[in-house]
Amino acid sequence: MDLTTLAGDDTPERVRRLCHKALWPIRPQLAEALQLDPTRYRPAAVCVYHEMLETARECLKGSGIALAAVSTGFPTGLTPFAVRLAEIRSSVDAGADEIDVVISRRHALRGEWEALYDEVKSFREACGAAHLKTILATGELGTLRLVAQASLTCMMAGADFVKTSTGKEVVNATLPVGLAMVRSIRDYYETTGFKIGFKPAGGIRSAKDSLDWLILMMEELGEQWTRPHLFRIGASALINDIERQLDHYAFGRYAASWRQPLP
Amino acid sequence: MTLSELEQELGYGSAPEAADRVSEWLAHHKGTFGHWIGGTWVQEGELFRTCNPATGDLLAHVHSADSEQVDKAVRAAVGAFQEWSATAGFDRARVLYSLGRIIQKRARFLAVLESLDNGKPIRETRDIDVPLAARHFTYHAGWSQILESRFQGYRAIGVCGQIIPWNFPLLMLAWKIAPALACGNTVVIKPAELSPLTAMAFAEICEQAGLPAGVVNIVNGGPETGQLIVEHPQIQKIAFTGSTAVGREIRKRTAGSGKSLTLELGGKSPFIVFPDADLDSAIEGLVDAIWFNQGEVCCAGSRLLIQEGIASSFLRKLRARMSKLRVGSPLDKAVDMGALISAEQRQRVCQLIEKGRSEGGEVWQPSNDMPETGAFLPPTLISGVAPSSTVAQEEIFGPVLVSLTFRTPTEAIELANNTPYGLAASVWSQDLDTALDVAKHLQAGTVWINSTNLFDAGAGFGGYKESGYGREGGPEGLRSYLKAMEGLEDDEAKTETAKPLLIDRSLKLYIGGKHVRPDSGNSYQCQGADVPLGNRKDVRHAVEAATTASRAWRQRSAPERSQILQFLAENLVQRSESMAAPSTEVVRAAEEAFRWAAWADKNDGDVHAVPGRYVTLAMKEPYGVIAAVAPGSGSLLSIVRASCSALALGNAVIWLSSEINPFAAFDLAQVMAISDVPPGCWNLLSGPTEPLAGELASHESVDAVWCFQEAVAEIVERESAGNLKPTWIASGKAQDAEYLAHSIRTKNIWIPYGC
Repeated sequence: MDLTTLAGDDTPERVRRLCHKALWPIRPQLAEALQLDPTRYRPAAVCVYHEMLETARECLKGSGIALAAVSTGFPTGLTPFAVRLAEIRSSVDAGADEIDVVISRRHALRGEWEALYDEVKSFREACGAAHLKTILATGELGTLRLVAQASLTCMMAGADFVKTSTGKEVVNATLPVGLAMVRSIRDYYETTGFKIGFKPAGGIRSAKDSLDWLILMMEELGEQWTRPHLFRIGASALINDIERQLDHYAFGRYAASWRQPLP
Repeated sequence: MTLSELEQELGYGSAPEAADRVSEWLAHHKGTFGHWIGGTWVQEGELFRTCNPATGDLLAHVHSADSEQVDKAVRAAVGAFQEWSATAGFDRARVLYSLGRIIQKRARFLAVLESLDNGKPIRETRDIDVPLAARHFTYHAGWSQILESRFQGYRAIGVCGQIIPWNFPLLMLAWKIAPALACGNTVVIKPAELSPLTAMAFAEICEQAGLPAGVVNIVNGGPETGQLIVEHPQIQKIAFTGSTAVGREIRKRTAGSGKSLTLELGGKSPFIVFPDADLDSAIEGLVDAIWFNQGEVCCAGSRLLIQEGIASSFLRKLRARMSKLRVGSPLDKAVDMGALISAEQRQRVCQLIEKGRSEGGEVWQPSNDMPETGAFLPPTLISGVAPSSTVAQEEIFGPVLVSLTFRTPTEAIELANNTPYGLAASVWSQDLDTALDVAKHLQAGTVWINSTNLFDAGAGFGGYKESGYGREGGPEGLRSYLKAMEGLEDDEAKTETAKPLLIDRSLKLYIGGKHVRPDSGNSYQCQGADVPLGNRKDVRHAVEAATTASRAWRQRSAPERSQILQFLAENLVQRSESMAAPSTEVVRAAEEAFRWAAWADKNDGDVHAVPGRYVTLAMKEPYGVIAAVAPGSGSLLSIVRASCSALALGNAVIWLSSEINPFAAFDLAQVMAISDVPPGCWNLLSGPTEPLAGELASHESVDAVWCFQEAVAEIVERESAGNLKPTWIASGKAQDAEYLAHSIRTKNIWIPYGC
């Protein structure tokens, strides 16, 4: 999971709370009841805007949790190209391990695949050693065909992950879109031997929803694609529902939402 | 297991559905079931066992009906018919609605019971069998109310004998009972002896829904009980779903009995994949096509036809997918395939797999975990199969897919149609032009484009060729449970005798657009004239000519066919003076030709309102070659009416003239010859009715027979069993709608949409 906050009213304190939840996602009594090490089950990354990187970096220092920043004029990607590249470099310099970029939807909508390829390739270069996740904003692409074509273009241009949505589109991660993307990943792997990761984001709030996506990965791509190096769910509220289900598993009764500490 | 352990390897645990309510129900019935007759249980007859095929465990003992119980059931159905058929539509609708609703309310119980008795996975009974069964009742509830407005001039048939198979016990029961009841019929139904239990639960539902006693009667037993139903004199209609071999037997046994018959039989349905298909979706489609219900599906997409260029990559994908299918306890909610119906069926399928191997096919099965006991089989692929392989021709009725390749769309169509069956087909291409072109040319009652195994109460399902006739679902399905009332006019009374002639007239057969002498070189005397004595070879020539001509005729546009029939009418009037029929009748015949010309381009198909994102086209397609046995009267009017209706809708006709009154037909041949009716589209034979009608009915290239002489109905129906062509035993009083209905068959094409 990429535990995420991407709101205009984010503040350092808000981000600190989120990071604390990332460090301690399972409250102590629950961890004890389940006989598990509470530090072992943590999100793979915390995902924030560039301005919040510093706070997050401090909070997560030494935890092993990666630091991810959304970039390139998120969520629309319509700032000047040079600014977008500079934004990536700034975030990498600020300590981001992973960069979530948005693609120019107009390139996909106009069938300008070479332009999209060049754009993502430039993003890739700007990332340096940082991981690159390309957000397709599938809710704005209109057809599954375009989603598949855009996925393949991003993978060819060097993306480490393809990601469905910013969370800001009207329609975010849906299973049909996910299917089109993971099958593109499979095609790309079968053709080139490169394993590309997948990140659905937006609207995944319940543990049950997250299982749908996990099963999708397991069935279409196999077990290794269910691990964090190839699969992430971008979410904020999901973590509490998972904790709630663990609570039910541990204590045999349905837990109220207020029993789980908020991020 | 702790969470830490679970984390090591991600996989599926067991997720069994509870069976305790079914156990309680079986215990409540003391593990024994009888027959449901006249609203009460009749515990009579020898006992047989019904078992859980996944475990071999006994579920219940069931009484088998002999003639005494079948008689009792038929008497109950006869007794209930008058009142039920006269019940107001709304009142029938209320009961059908209740039947559907109670099925919904007991959905999980029925799903578990079905899974236990049949071996199919709970996922399918829960998500498909039971909801669709309920849908058939609620859909047909509506029809009982609006029947009269859509089917004027039709009425209930009477007592329907229904025999259903073991592969979808409750669903097939619903497909049979719901339309029968909606139309006002009463029913004696026999569930399959391997899976009778959901029918027993349905009996209780009938009682709860307030269905009047005797409207539905359920008798248990094997083939002998089925035969008693088929041959029972007080049953007016037989509806059978099952194997083609048994269907053929039923056709023979009911020949000449006056019983109406519909058959839904076997299949070897093609699953055609073009290079421009969404291959990943096609793989998923294939899983649903052949491994749905362990492949025990009459319309299973069991013949994979792949374009040669993508064959190896497609089969690679397929094998990877097959390796992920989970075979196991049918009650496990996360299982893809359950058990076959019985150890015997498993044995039969295994023998066919071995046959495929011995004939050079490459047999592949994934090494998935399999239960150690029970009638389970892994998903099986036999590739490298030729059309001449046994496994490419015979229905396997198990989880076995055979794969062949093709080069062009034309070859795909040819291979797809290279089978006696014609139940369903699935076509995969993202190119709409290709997909629709192939769908149009496939000989199958249902064609699924980029989809497979879709069913709904609102769309007809049924076969072409030896997959049977009649439809289940949709308005086309209601026809199978309605009887046409006769029109007012009686044409049979009229006869025409030859007019005195100045110069002798040479009557000749009319075959392939030529007036020809009969093969025998003989004639017979009729009313002082020499009439050609046709024989078996003349039948052969006529069928050959008609078969060839029908291919082009059906492709002609409807307006063109319409214009040709109008021209025929024109020429009839022109020739009026020289014809045997009085001029008033010739004028009426011309009017008749004109009327069918009108119908030619107005007998449109439907678009069914099915749930989901589909355009479901009900296309009306001509049969091809229709042989017609003339009424004894041989009146010009009757010949023109029947011939023009068949021609108008794209069929070629072979007319067997009346043995005793043949002259009007010869007059019509003269007019056909000058009216732009293409050679071979209308052919005339004369001679002894009985042997020639038999020859026509047995000829496998004749697609349907109309018989206007009850005296030869038996021979026509019996001989039709060979290729299971539909027959219509008609009277001269039949209404237009009947001619229209018997000139076409419905092909449902399901086209999904979404981008």
